[in-house]
Amino acid sequence: MSHFLSPVFASGFFESEAVHIALGVGTLVAVVTGVVGVFTVMRGQSFAGEAFGDLGTTGGAGAYYVGVGPLWGFVLGNVIAAGAMEAIGVQRVRGRDLATGIVLGAGLGLAALFLHLYTTGHSTTGATVTILFGSVFAISGSTIPLIVLLSAIVLAITLTIYRPLLLSSVNAEMASARGIPVRLVGVLYLLALALAAALAAITIGTILSTALIVGPAASALRLTRRPLTALLVAASIGIGAMWLGIVLAYDSYNWPPHGTIWPVSFFVVTLVFVTYLLSGLPEARRRRRAERAPSESSAVRPATAS
Amino acid sequence: MNEAPHRAPPATPGQEVLQVDGVSVRLSGRTILDRVSFQIAPGQFTGLIGSNGAGKTTLFRVILGLQAASAGRVLFGGPAHPREHVRRHRLVGYVPQKFLFDQDVPLRARDLVGLGIDAHRLGVPRPSRSRRALVQEMLHAVDAERFADTRVGKLSGGEQQRILIAHALIARPRLLLLDEPLANLDLGSAQEVVALLARITSEQQIAVLISAHEINPLLPVIDRIVYLAAGRAVSGSTEEVVRPDVLSELYGRHVDVLHVHGRVLIVAGAGEDADLAGHEGVFPGAAAVLS
Repeated sequence: MSHFLSPVFASGFFESEAVHIALGVGTLVAVVTGVVGVFTVMRGQSFAGEAFGDLGTTGGAGAYYVGVGPLWGFVLGNVIAAGAMEAIGVQRVRGRDLATGIVLGAGLGLAALFLHLYTTGHSTTGATVTILFGSVFAISGSTIPLIVLLSAIVLAITLTIYRPLLLSSVNAEMASARGIPVRLVGVLYLLALALAAALAAITIGTILSTALIVGPAASALRLTRRPLTALLVAASIGIGAMWLGIVLAYDSYNWPPHGTIWPVSFFVVTLVFVTYLLSGLPEARRRRRAERAPSESSAVRPATAS
Repeated sequence: MNEAPHRAPPATPGQEVLQVDGVSVRLSGRTILDRVSFQIAPGQFTGLIGSNGAGKTTLFRVILGLQAASAGRVLFGGPAHPREHVRRHRLVGYVPQKFLFDQDVPLRARDLVGLGIDAHRLGVPRPSRSRRALVQEMLHAVDAERFADTRVGKLSGGEQQRILIAHALIARPRLLLLDEPLANLDLGSAQEVVALLARITSEQQIAVLISAHEINPLLPVIDRIVYLAAGRAVSGSTEEVVRPDVLSELYGRHVDVLHVHGRVLIVAGAGEDADLAGHEGVFPGAAAVLS
């Protein structure tokens, strides 16, 4: 059977333990980021995702410097970042600029210092590349329990506060009039986002982590008008991009220049981007059709949800 | 012919669904509300009339418990509950000031109505026949079945308003607050929304407090007016409130009430009061068809 598939799956793909880990972790992280990302896009908080990317870099660099796994650094960096954002008032639009300008700048300065100290001590730049761009093939088996635990926490938080979160993301005023503690819901969500960003960072790197959170979700919002379906579609797009990205990266060993594989993160992010472009097509087609037949009102269109 | 399509039962003392009692709000030295008092009986349709900045939204926020009053209190009727805020949230439905749903919000009209049932609960909603039936019934009540499966962001202003009303009503409140629901609606849509509110509230015996800067579309249906100017309020029936002496007293300057071609215009007398300058002499919300 591997003969038929050898043009797609280069030899050794199914035997490699690194591939097994990459597929497993990639799937889990895609589900988590997809579910969380739908709310990130709805709440217009992709800037917070960016912030976690920046401060996750600091955490990851610090982790290398003190000699613990980078995931611990991402988690710690992002949770501190979430606390700082909440304290400065990230929920208010005005506070965002302050948070971005001051906290993130200082954080990245620290990242530069840690990476400098680490790389001069170890005469390698591998840490920098791994933190910034990640490598899902380099995840060690010992990290998996933590990844599973964090994923479970994020999914538990998000699905538990699903309804209050959905209404406060649509309109905070309506939510608080219903007695929903909007601020608390916002804090819990920010925590879930911080952890999701850490998981994305370990998979495709801190710089690209936002793409995995925002990209599949933004595509899903174009493709479906049901909230729960949007979560499923976003997770599926993430999984698809992750799997295909892993296969392509593995295959790229045989591409020029021979002997190295292209970064998985490159493939994943590119696939996410292409999906986003394609997700606009159904709507564009509908609009063209509506222009051709202006009498056909949107209301009589048969319900084709998702 | 302008007899309201429904009449509230006469208010029995102590049975009010809402009692606003001498509420004042001062924010950073400015007086937003000044000893505002009025009450609403079950099933009564009350118009809260005032120009922009008169304090309408602040008053709503006080009633909803989102803004603390500097003085006075807000009392609710209905079954007692050990926790006052729980009682308030069961009693009061709220339609916020006009906002636009984003185009890409993944919510159909029926999803938003469904959130009105249980948005405060934890977890993911489990689909059930009774839940679906309740949502369908409410969509039917606001005449929104046609666009029930459309994204909320793609609905027109009037359609969004109806969905927001259904969202608020599905929890069976006894008092519905609507903040400027007619702003930005064309005349036809505004009249439809008002007729819809009058019908539903009389059918379900729900009291309504609706704020507006334009009283015209409301006149056929309102039982009472709370007229708000610069934080002060007078309340009563239209005939009791829309009078030159009452409004002159409220505005602190001479005001005329003119009947022109079957409409009523409230006109400021000559003067240099800065407060009134922006209104070109005619108070917003003052034009009224009385006969």
